[in-house]
Amino acid sequence: MAKKQYAFYPGCSSQKGASGSNFATSIQLMNEKLDIQLNEIPDWNCCGASIGYGEGSELQRLVLNARNLALAETNLPGQDMVSGCPACWLATREAAERLHKHDNLMTDTNEALKEAGLNFKGTVKARHMVEVLVEDIGFAGMKAPVVKSLDGLKIAGYVGCQTNRPFGIAGESFENPMYLDKMIETVGAEPVAFDQKVTCCGGALAFSEPEKSQKQIKDIVEAAYDNGAELIVTPCQLCQANVEIYQSEINKKKGTSLNMPVMYYSQLLSIAYGGGAKEAGLDGNIIQSAKLLEIAGKS
Amino acid sequence: MVAYVCAGCGLGDTLDLKQTEKVAQKEGKMQAVKRHDFLCSAEGVQMIQGDIDNDGVTHVMIAACSRRAKTEAFNFPGVAMSRANLREGVLWVVAEGGDHDEVRQEMADDYVRMSCAELKRMKVPAGNPDADTSKRILVVGGGVTGLTAAIEAAETGYDVVLVEKTAALGGWAAKLWKRVPFRQPYADPQPTGVAELIARVVGNSRITVHLNSTIAETAGAPGRFKIKVAQESGAITEETVGAIVQASGFNTYDMAKLPELGGGKPNVVDQAGLETLAVSANGGAIKRADGREVKSVVFVQCAGQRDEEGASGGVHLPYCSGHCCATSIKQAMYFKDANPEVDTVVMFTDLRVPGMAEDFYRSAQQKGVTFTKGKASKVESTDAGCQVHFRDLILDEDASIGADLVVLATGQVPNSGVNIELVEEAEGEKKGAPEAEAAVKPISILNLTYRQGKDLPQLKHGLNDSHFICFPYETRRTGIYAAGPVRRPMDMLQATDDATGATLKAVQAVENAAVGRAAHPRSGDLSYPIVRLEGCTQCKRCTVECPFGAIDEDEKRFPVFNQARCRRCGTCMGACPVRVISFENYSVDTVGMQIKAVDMPDEFSERPRILILACENDAYPALDMAGLSRTEYSAFVRVIPVRCLGSVNTIWVTDALNSGYDGVMMMGCKKGDDYQCHFVKGSELAHYRMSKTDDTLKQLGLEKERVMSFEVAITDSQKVAALINDYAAKIKEIGMSPLKGF
Amino acid sequence: MSESNKAANTVAAAAVARYRNNFLKEVEERVEDGDMVKMCMQCGVCAGSCPLGPHWEHSPQKIFMMIRAGKRDEVLSSDSMWMCTSCYNCIVRCPRQLPITHIMHGLAHYANRLGMVPKGQPTRDIAKLFWDNLLKTGRVNELKFSLAMYFKDGFVQGIKNALAMQGIGLSLMKAKRLSPMEIIGGHKCKDQSGIQKMIAKAREIEDRRRGALA
Repeated sequence: MAKKQYAFYPGCSSQKGASGSNFATSIQLMNEKLDIQLNEIPDWNCCGASIGYGEGSELQRLVLNARNLALAETNLPGQDMVSGCPACWLATREAAERLHKHDNLMTDTNEALKEAGLNFKGTVKARHMVEVLVEDIGFAGMKAPVVKSLDGLKIAGYVGCQTNRPFGIAGESFENPMYLDKMIETVGAEPVAFDQKVTCCGGALAFSEPEKSQKQIKDIVEAAYDNGAELIVTPCQLCQANVEIYQSEINKKKGTSLNMPVMYYSQLLSIAYGGGAKEAGLDGNIIQSAKLLEIAGKS
Repeated sequence: MVAYVCAGCGLGDTLDLKQTEKVAQKEGKMQAVKRHDFLCSAEGVQMIQGDIDNDGVTHVMIAACSRRAKTEAFNFPGVAMSRANLREGVLWVVAEGGDHDEVRQEMADDYVRMSCAELKRMKVPAGNPDADTSKRILVVGGGVTGLTAAIEAAETGYDVVLVEKTAALGGWAAKLWKRVPFRQPYADPQPTGVAELIARVVGNSRITVHLNSTIAETAGAPGRFKIKVAQESGAITEETVGAIVQASGFNTYDMAKLPELGGGKPNVVDQAGLETLAVSANGGAIKRADGREVKSVVFVQCAGQRDEEGASGGVHLPYCSGHCCATSIKQAMYFKDANPEVDTVVMFTDLRVPGMAEDFYRSAQQKGVTFTKGKASKVESTDAGCQVHFRDLILDEDASIGADLVVLATGQVPNSGVNIELVEEAEGEKKGAPEAEAAVKPISILNLTYRQGKDLPQLKHGLNDSHFICFPYETRRTGIYAAGPVRRPMDMLQATDDATGATLKAVQAVENAAVGRAAHPRSGDLSYPIVRLEGCTQCKRCTVECPFGAIDEDEKRFPVFNQARCRRCGTCMGACPVRVISFENYSVDTVGMQIKAVDMPDEFSERPRILILACENDAYPALDMAGLSRTEYSAFVRVIPVRCLGSVNTIWVTDALNSGYDGVMMMGCKKGDDYQCHFVKGSELAHYRMSKTDDTLKQLGLEKERVMSFEVAITDSQKVAALINDYAAKIKEIGMSPLKGF
Repeated sequence: MSESNKAANTVAAAAVARYRNNFLKEVEERVEDGDMVKMCMQCGVCAGSCPLGPHWEHSPQKIFMMIRAGKRDEVLSSDSMWMCTSCYNCIVRCPRQLPITHIMHGLAHYANRLGMVPKGQPTRDIAKLFWDNLLKTGRVNELKFSLAMYFKDGFVQGIKNALAMQGIGLSLMKAKRLSPMEIIGGHKCKDQSGIQKMIAKAREIEDRRRGALA
């Protein structure tokens, strides 16, 4: 079967040695099993992330994203652009939609892009990896390659913000999206009820307002415990990093003993598709799930 | 007299129908008893119809399902019919299983006994058609509501008499510059269209218009109202009409009562005043009275409105007039459309724009109208301009804005005529009630000759209505319908709809009056109250208590029943201490004999009997619904549907207790200010009358819990079962009645 | 402040003077999605939807009311916009479809350009570090960004900050999610000069457009 081709926008956090590098590792086996081929956009740049607005102006941020879109359009014609990172996806999709809607912004953007030798026609669709899985592969398609069921594992599906709002996955509600729970079921695990499913982890404010975002993170992890979850799974790099990394800080400050593993959906799929701990990027996690390691270790 | 017993729906499997049939024949004295396996089938119905046609059967007793079920199948005009409710009333509510066979069978047999007893006292209502009725419709008021009502009636084929007190048609709407849009895209103010509406009325040959005229007298009843139309000159024209639409409209709340908001000072106008300025501007820049062009304007919403009683409130209108937010939005657009640079601020506490006016609100925001959530406390006004002091409700701070002009959104006061209840109070306490007298509006709209007063009763806040939700347009005077802002505050579009609805009601009224039928809520009912005057003691209870003013008094103070005004609730029958009022198919006897027909077990049987008198409008359907959902309740109850709790004569309760019932439950609709009684006062009256039975109970040596009244809504199917079971438990607790077997 | 920024701010100041008391108009014309502020219907759903709700001085609802009331200084020096985590909850819940997140970002950016943000606003400082970091190579260098964050308040505080967070840093390095190699070179775009020229051009175009409004 011919592989499905996508222009891939990895984003800064998925580079080697960066905070989301294990996500990048985990999607390799997943994509191989699902016949997805990701073609990296040559010389892509940062999207500006959610914090870029402070210094970067509206047009500057548009231009940053338009450059990636133009690179995809020129070098990988006809392919949808796919990002693994919700912030990258959101910034790119927002830019693409804005440029599509406002001719004057498109003119200005192309005037700036010319400085980098590029031009954007507006033909590229910006999508998220989860959209590709849900819409192009489907849950049945995701289930097909499963060889190891994650039986008995209780998982809190933590969707977070930017994969869910303002765009979200088509047909899902903003208040209670179900796709992540369905993915958990697809790999044979049990999604627990999770009242903090779409709560914000604090995002970039984890750096600037640590007290405030750690309060968010504490609520999220404690709700996972309260609902009997053994691990949290998320589609977002920043959620993963914030919720996993700061547990030790919170323990130190609040005297709690949080130790909840936080994984990517792609890590679950990887393991279910027969991947080992290394292929699933489990070595990139600071808090490990013994159960998941055990399942990954089985052949 | 023939009893028909149905064996369908499981009745034949669970009940001993042979026994039931024997009861009908032996005790019920039916001349024949027939059984069918599926009585409501075409074949079963044909069997009954055949007997009526061929064997001259005039009285039919059907022992099957509830009287509210299969009404189309069991529809035999011209014969008297009673129905024993064995399905919803017995089979579906008594616990299943052999343990309950005995009580279940007793219950079924009693219902058959009761139905037979009822049937024997019933007559087929003959009806009382009045061939000489008028089908013309009187419309009082020539504003948008009245004009629309006249056109709707005329175009449906009815002649109309339209009476307008001023010299011109059009009402308030004719004084507007533009109106709020009724259609997509709800973006801009629209021409009022009033001139076209007037032209349609004037050009319609079915419509007779009386300008400069008022109603000097309204006498008669639906189908035969005699109207005296008084011209300004004093000349009187007499008109005969069949029904009346009262569209007497509203007045603006007097802003002189709002001095703190600048009412009466220069550069402060109400919404009507702003319309006048806009009409003179004719689309150009709006100028103040002093000729200066307005560059900034503040609209103060809810001025003298929504002033609910409380620490400082309760002085002005307690309600929201509904249209004022959209009207201010429209008026702010007058300024913005003429000159976008004019500062327009709408100051609101809650912006209420019903219907599609939300789009209109958005459009105003797009045009740059500023909406400030704040409560104005004081408006200072000088010849130069105004300063509006307010509390910013979002920022929670005191603030003020300057403006060239301030517009107060003051709301609607209904032109509802005389408050007849206050008249009654004032007459009751002749001296020392100046407040009540002052509140009585001196000018009557209809000048009814009814015993109960000159105008339509008011529901609340002076509005002529009988129930805001359940019965729009229906007033408490049959054949007279209220429409437009006199009924409840509203805008032009709502008034147009209202006029159409009320006209339809008026058409129903004249058509029903012509054949002597009730229109609402017992539509199609041909029965009417018959009074045996030779027994009457002229006590006036019936004339006072009739919720619809249907009964006048003659010079000897005997009641005069106006059948066409009657709604057939039976409140008069319940009121009559000497029991001389009855209907052909519903009387003190039809119910009384049912009560007595029940087979009463003795004091030591441990099988109490509880009588339930259930209102047929809500409580009885709720009981049926309990059956439908197979909700079990005590098999010791015997239910008799009544037209309204108001029709319950205390003799029934006394009889029930004397014949050994252990308790009586009266189930009626919600009473009080937000009543749900279909006949307005019925449940309230019943409650009041029953409060007087305590003495009777004492005389009989009975506990007061033996008679209790309950409020049951149509949705209360679960509650009603619980009420019954709780009451049955209570009766068990206080023990059996000592009056059995006397 | 760079020379070009100073020049731009002078242009901005001149343009702003034109609005006199009409701050709403200024916001409509000069702030990203500012033209939607007037469509707020003051329901307060945004205020109840913000995860940082207990922490800001003014809810978005209040900010919009303050804009209409002409409270320019209070709005632009408010810390509220800087509390935005970009969770987009307010956007999806707003019954009037106001792009509240964008307006908050736009106001923050505008306040920053006018130099009206309170000194030491941590999110503003970090946003600047982030932007400078990404403009250098076209991609974010997480190690340099983290170090810059620790040292933003001076050397001594920087060492303290770094020590406080060293446990996290070490565990991330162990998990190969923070590479010490980044300090030397790290990831970068090839066409760095193109990107920088493009960004400078964007600023130039915007100044031209805003200038044209003046």
